[in-house]
Parts: sequence; structure tokens; C-alpha cells
Amino acid sequence: MADTTEALVEIRDLAKTFDVSKPWLARLLEGIPVQALKAVDGVAFSIRRGETFSLVGESGCGKSSVARMVVGLDRPTRGSVVFDGTNLAALRRRADIAPLRRRMQMIFQDPYASLNPRWRVTDVVAEPLDAFGLVGSRSERTEKVADMLQQVGLSPDDGRKYPHEFSGGQRQRISIARALAANPDFVVCDEPTSALDVSVQAQILNLMKDLQQRFGLTYLFISHDLSVVNHVSSRIGVMYLGRLCEVAAASDLFRHPQHPYSRLLLDTIPDVAMAGRARAPVPGEVPDPIDPPPGCAFHPRCPFAGERCLQERPEPAQYGHSTVACHAVEERRIPPFSRSNPGR
Amino acid sequence: MALLKVDRLRVEFPTRHRTLVAVDDVSLSIDAGEVLGVVGESGAGKSVTGAAIIGLIEPPGRIAGGEICFAGRRIDCLPDDAKRRIRGREIGSVFQDPLTSLNPLFTVGQQLVETILTHSDRSAADARRHALRLLGDVGIPAPAQRIDAYPHEFSGGMRQRVVIALAICATPRLIIADEPTTALDVSIQSQIIALLKRLCREHGTAIMLITHDMGVIAETADRVAVMYAGRIVEVGRVRQILRSPNHPYTRGLMESIPRLDSDSARLAQIDGTMPRLHEIPVGCAFHPRCPDASDRCRENRPALRMVDDPAAVACLLFDDGRADG
Repeated sequence: MADTTEALVEIRDLAKTFDVSKPWLARLLEGIPVQALKAVDGVAFSIRRGETFSLVGESGCGKSSVARMVVGLDRPTRGSVVFDGTNLAALRRRADIAPLRRRMQMIFQDPYASLNPRWRVTDVVAEPLDAFGLVGSRSERTEKVADMLQQVGLSPDDGRKYPHEFSGGQRQRISIARALAANPDFVVCDEPTSALDVSVQAQILNLMKDLQQRFGLTYLFISHDLSVVNHVSSRIGVMYLGRLCEVAAASDLFRHPQHPYSRLLLDTIPDVAMAGRARAPVPGEVPDPIDPPPGCAFHPRCPFAGERCLQERPEPAQYGHSTVACHAVEERRIPPFSRSNPGR
Repeated sequence: MALLKVDRLRVEFPTRHRTLVAVDDVSLSIDAGEVLGVVGESGAGKSVTGAAIIGLIEPPGRIAGGEICFAGRRIDCLPDDAKRRIRGREIGSVFQDPLTSLNPLFTVGQQLVETILTHSDRSAADARRHALRLLGDVGIPAPAQRIDAYPHEFSGGMRQRVVIALAICATPRLIIADEPTTALDVSIQSQIIALLKRLCREHGTAIMLITHDMGVIAETADRVAVMYAGRIVEVGRVRQILRSPNHPYTRGLMESIPRLDSDSARLAQIDGTMPRLHEIPVGCAFHPRCPDASDRCRENRPALRMVDDPAAVACLLFDDGRADG
């Protein structure tokens, strides 16, 4: 019997650096050095079998880069992704990677861009089946596609149509059917509901939850929307400028956030319970990732920043059940958290 | 007296096969210094309503009925250059994507100065001083150094501040803000919301805030109008609507928002989607998705009726005094 706390995916010291230099002639003439953008820098976490692990953060924090490296769309500059005991970076031959690839699938943000407009829905959904050679006969293929469409709440007849005949929510259902067609264990969802209206978002989130139970799926969920993340996740990693600030169980993070950035995020979500109440907005913006501040990248915006934060980069450490990278937390300089709207 | 009064507005888009009605029988009013939120899902007609008010409906689309009165004057049937004089000077606008609202070929200063000169008879030097003051006013740090930068040199939040500076440079009495924070990150979003609220308080500017985000409405607006399929289905004070929504659509919408203070495993969902413009059902447009729909709803289109002043709702369930909320 499978151990439920066993890690399905383990991410170790993952880093991705993009070269954003000007062309070499321009560098030569203007005498400027090579510029590197550290999109992801030393991220480590593990995802347990059957759970939903979420990465949250503002745009440019590196959450989508992590997702792309986890499924192998980008090659990490450093570090490794271990899937079910196998280090993906160590595999070089296509034949070795393919069986693992089948077990990990991805759902993308924009359902208008992620479906080929010239393919019928049947062919879209059957693409992973064809790619991994999972079905023998034509009738088996049709049957499998019809089954997948029904699982996501569409009708088998919809397979004959083209993607443009569907609404945004229905298209996202087609993406989900395609992701699940190859019967994966692990699905990476990159902002799956960000392009949808709220009433449709609720339908898709409910569907994803049902399918997770039905097929025993493990999700890596990427989102910038904390209320969605709170709703779907078992554990959450908060990212800022390419690094993890805090990894905690969803209930811990939302009740007792420790890292000052997690607190800032929780405090700035516009909430329907906030009607008519004023709050002080957080000053500052995310700094330029090409030239991040020294020490802790968050110190220019942090109300608890001290001398040490300006120079020394905090490393993640365990506090209670959470992992936090913050000097102020280590030195116990942070008061207990209370949201701007008390009484809830 | 209301600063803006929209009465039974109807906006049509003729196509080859049929005429699509994007906004149908919409009436609303905004007082000076008030923030009216207009909320709805995509295709509800909220942006078209905003565009009609500032006279930016692109032909062949047209205002096919109703009246728009601004400061006691009817503005929907004015000739184009009269409209252009109102636009920018009396009614400012802020759109979703700050990058497409700004011209990438001109510096922020040039764009501000041009706008100021168009709307006032200041000298060029005075206009530049005013531009600097505006940039400081919307919270751009060190405006003297930033005024000669191009839009691409600003971050998304700073660009949106520039767009707001452009919108307020003639101190308009009304700003139409169409999804002003949708393209921004949450921490920047809260800064922009605070800025809009401050402008409203300090200058007495009225704001029509169009958004799909109930959270933004909850924090910013005084009153809110909920739109569905081109019509207003419910309108009232924000707290009234958020605490005890009356219309089944508003209720469903509120329940489908994941909330931080709830741990329930499933979200309440409204099945189906908003009808497209060419297939709006007869009777109440919401009836195919409504849990409380009866035969009457399939035949009669409900009108907006006052239920609990100033809350009004367009639903047959409330037509015969059966209002129980």
C-alpha cells in the first residue's frame, strides 16, 4: 500500500538563469557586462502524493518558471527535479523520459491559446494518447475520448466540434480532458482559472477537485490569487523574486503567516468582507530582478528589516510546521499577525 | 442633483444577420464625490455602458434609445466635437491596460503637457509645472526625474498612475475607470485603489468603477450595480448587496467567490454561462441558470423595482411583495 505522506515530486535547489544581455557588439561598444536574470534561485520543496501544492506570488516571482522546469519544458540551470524517485535531469534518452512524461501533464492559463484552433476537439484530447501510443484501435481511441469528455462535463458529441465553438470555461474543460487523457499521476496547473469569470471559475475549481479524488491526482497549482489558493491547497509556497519565502500548510499560512511578505500578500487581497473599511496600502513595488537588492530581496519593503537583512541573505529554516526564510522571524522580532479587518 | 443620470440606455450593434443589443434599458445615476461600482462577468455590457457615457461607441454600434445627462445637460446626442470637449475635460477615463492607453513614442511629460494644453489655456511652461504636480499627486516618486521617461521605462503600477494623472489633468468631475486594477498585482492594486479613493475624497470627483472583481468593489464603491446580459439586475449600497443580495444571480455570484474565511470543500456554483448576445433568452435572461425560475420567468421580463430603498432588484420573485431576502 502506498504511503500517503511519501513525496511524489521533490525539487532540490532549483535555479534558472536567463541571459538578458544586449547583443555582443552593443556590449563591446558600450563596455557593459553580460547580464543575467535569476528567475528562480535555489528553490526547494516536495509535493506529497495526493496533495495540492500551490505556489503563489506576484508577477515575475518565478512561479511559472518553476512549473515549466518541473514538467521539463525548460531545463534547470542548477538543481534537480526528482519524480517518483527518478532524477529527471539525469535522463538523457527520449525513451527513458517518455514513460515519466506521460505521468505528468500540464493545464495552461489561457484556454484560447492552448488549444489548436484547426484541430477538432477529439484530436486535441487524443493527442497525448497518440503521442504515447496508448490506444491500439480507432474505436478504442474514440471511446476513450468520449469518456474523457464526459468526465469533464462535456458531451461525447462535442468531440466533432472545433475549439472556437466553446466558451472559455468549456475550453478549459477540454484542456483538462487532454491533460487527463494519458492517465497521469501529477498535473501542473499554471493559473488555470485566471482567464475565467468567477462563476465559471467556481465550476472549474469544483471539477478539478472532483477529478483529483476520482483519479487520485497530485496537483502543483500556480496562482496569484490567494483566495483561490486558500480554497484548493493543502500546502503553499510563497515566492518572491525567485526564492521561496515561506512554505506552510494552507491553514497555517492563512491563520499564522510568518514571513513579512506572506503577511503583506494576505493583507492586500481585496476581500468582500472589507466593505467600507479603509486600510493602509503597502508601499513599494517588486524590485528589478536583473538587479535585486542585496541581502534579503524583500528588505526595501519590509517593515521589520534590520541591519542584518541588508547584508545577509536569509536561508530557509524550520519554525513549527512551516519553513521560513527571514532574519526577523529567526530573531523573534515579529509580533503576532492580525489582519487589517479583525473579528474574523 | 445627480451628476450623471443615465435613463433607459440602449446600445445596439447591427450585424449582417441581426441587431445585437449589448446594453438594454439601463438606468443609473452617480452623485458628485460618489463611487458607483458596476460589476458583472464578461459580456454583461458594463464596458459598453461606460463607453456610451464618454461617447466612445464605435460605429456601426449606436445608442438606440434612452438619455445620458451630465450635470443637467443631455450629452448623448451632442455633435462629435462637443463630445470631445466633454471627454477629458469633464469626464476622464482610465482603462485596463496602461500600456495601450499611453503612446509608446512620446515621453510621459509630452503626453501630459499635450493633454493639459488641449484642455486649458496655460502656457507651455506652466503646463509642465502642472504635469509635475500631477505626477507627484498620483504618487510617482521623484517626478522631476521621471517626467522625461518613456512609458516602457515605468512599471505596470507606475504606468497606471500616469494614466490616472492624464485622466485628472483637467480636474474632471467624473472618471470612468474600466477595470483599472485588473492587469496589476495585488499589492499594487491596493495602492491604486487607495489613490482613486483619495482623489474622490480630495477633489470630490465621482467615479464609475467598472470591474469583475467583487473584492475591489467591496473596498472602493459606495453603491454597486450588478449587470447581467446587458441589464442591471440589482443595485444598492455595497454593504446591502454584499451582506444580503436579493437577485438569484447576485446571490450565486457571491457564493461562488472563494473566501478567505471559509473552509468549505466545494464552492457553490451557477451552472452554465452568460448567454451570448445573439441568444439572450426571452423573459428573464437569467432564467435558464436560475434555481428559483418558474413559468412566469420564461415569459415576462422583470423590471428593476425598489425593494429596500435604495436597493432595487429586477426579479419576478420580488414583484408581488414576496421580498424576503
